[in-house]
Amino acid sequence: MAQYKLIHCNINGKDVERMVDVRASLTDMLRNDYHLTSVKKGCEVGECGACNVLIDGECFNSCIYLAVWAEGKHIRTLEGLLGPNGELSDIQQAFMEETAVQCGFCTPGFIMTAVEILESGREYTREELRKLLSGHLCRCTGYENILNAVEKTMKKRLGKA
Amino acid sequence: MYDLKALYEASSVQNAVELRLEHPEAQIIAGGSDVLVQMREGKRAGKELISIYGLDELRGVSLDENENIRIGSLTSFSHITRDPIIQKYINVLGQAVDMVGGPQIRNIGTIGGNTCNGVTSADSASTLHAWEAIIELTGSEGKRLLPIRDFYIKAGLVDIHPDEIQTAIIIPRASYENTYGHYIKYSMRNAMDIATLGCSANVRLSPDKKTIERARIAYGVAGPVPMRAEKAEAAANGRPVSMETVETFARTVLDDINPRDSWRASKAFRQHIAVETARRCMMESILLAGGEL
Repeated sequence: MAQYKLIHCNINGKDVERMVDVRASLTDMLRNDYHLTSVKKGCEVGECGACNVLIDGECFNSCIYLAVWAEGKHIRTLEGLLGPNGELSDIQQAFMEETAVQCGFCTPGFIMTAVEILESGREYTREELRKLLSGHLCRCTGYENILNAVEKTMKKRLGKA
Repeated sequence: MYDLKALYEASSVQNAVELRLEHPEAQIIAGGSDVLVQMREGKRAGKELISIYGLDELRGVSLDENENIRIGSLTSFSHITRDPIIQKYINVLGQAVDMVGGPQIRNIGTIGGNTCNGVTSADSASTLHAWEAIIELTGSEGKRLLPIRDFYIKAGLVDIHPDEIQTAIIIPRASYENTYGHYIKYSMRNAMDIATLGCSANVRLSPDKKTIERARIAYGVAGPVPMRAEKAEAAANGRPVSMETVETFARTVLDDINPRDSWRASKAFRQHIAVETARRCMMESILLAGGEL
């Protein structure tokens, strides 16, 4: 017997509600019901970070998060970073400038973790950034450019660049 | 989609207890970073789940009237690490759980789930053993308190009755007062890896910092369940603060532990790092406690 539940939440600033299959992961819900395809299906076991989204300000791998748990939560995905005319945010721009993107599959997940880091308003050392970004796998870039992009944006936002 | 048969969401601890009795075959799910992964792998496919993740009353760290530290079972690893009570009285626990998986896993993973899994490699388990944590279980007859060593029965099996859920982990005041500890996780990678061996030690020194009043040490992956090394502790208790005491203490752990050969590491290697991590954890604990070596 299929089991459904009405789930209300706020996605990228908009209050939404939808009947959700209780078997769905949050990745399934965001991709299939809300067409937020920046949320990638990677490993689907919480190891690669490609499906990472912000829930009430903290990073979660949406592949191992039940969609029904989204009830009442504020969820942000990469799509929420775009400006009103589709402009890129500073962190997305920095990923381009620093060649922190190759195939792009890991990028939305990395950027959402970067958003949590940047919004803390704190300055981190490179070693600390390495640890904060360690829940993501990138098979193309070798990570250095990603660290550069996050570090550069952090310094810019803190007025230190 | 997860291959789950049905999902029951508990609305309160009492409701969770009722759901446990109504659905004896169902698996409890807290943060799900183990249960959902096992379901994906097919191990728990087709099963019913009782979700307790929504029970906010089981989140947070507080001091009770006797100044025992009470950690709600659903408190996430990252919240434990950031908690001021943890940082003040048992910082090593915050450090230990900051080595679990990666940042996203530490946001979803709960200390209750980490212990209820019953796995020996759990990063919280060795520190909770070394600090003689008390497990609080709530069932239809009320609360039951159990020392953590009795909670672990065998690999993957803990003492939870069919009507119970774990509701808190308590660190008694007598256990944390004037006590300082250190944890070492030995693993191949710094992130997203399981411990080859985990060692957590702590020490309480005499007021003049010259004598070890109480030394405690526990391991993960040194046996089928997390374990204390009591002969080593006895070799250090009441002894002077010195490198000689530390060396004797570290060597004696081999009389206590029983690691195995596995694809991650051989028994001989685990024994080697058990001695070395005991030495380093004890040295660091003594220094944190204000002792000199």
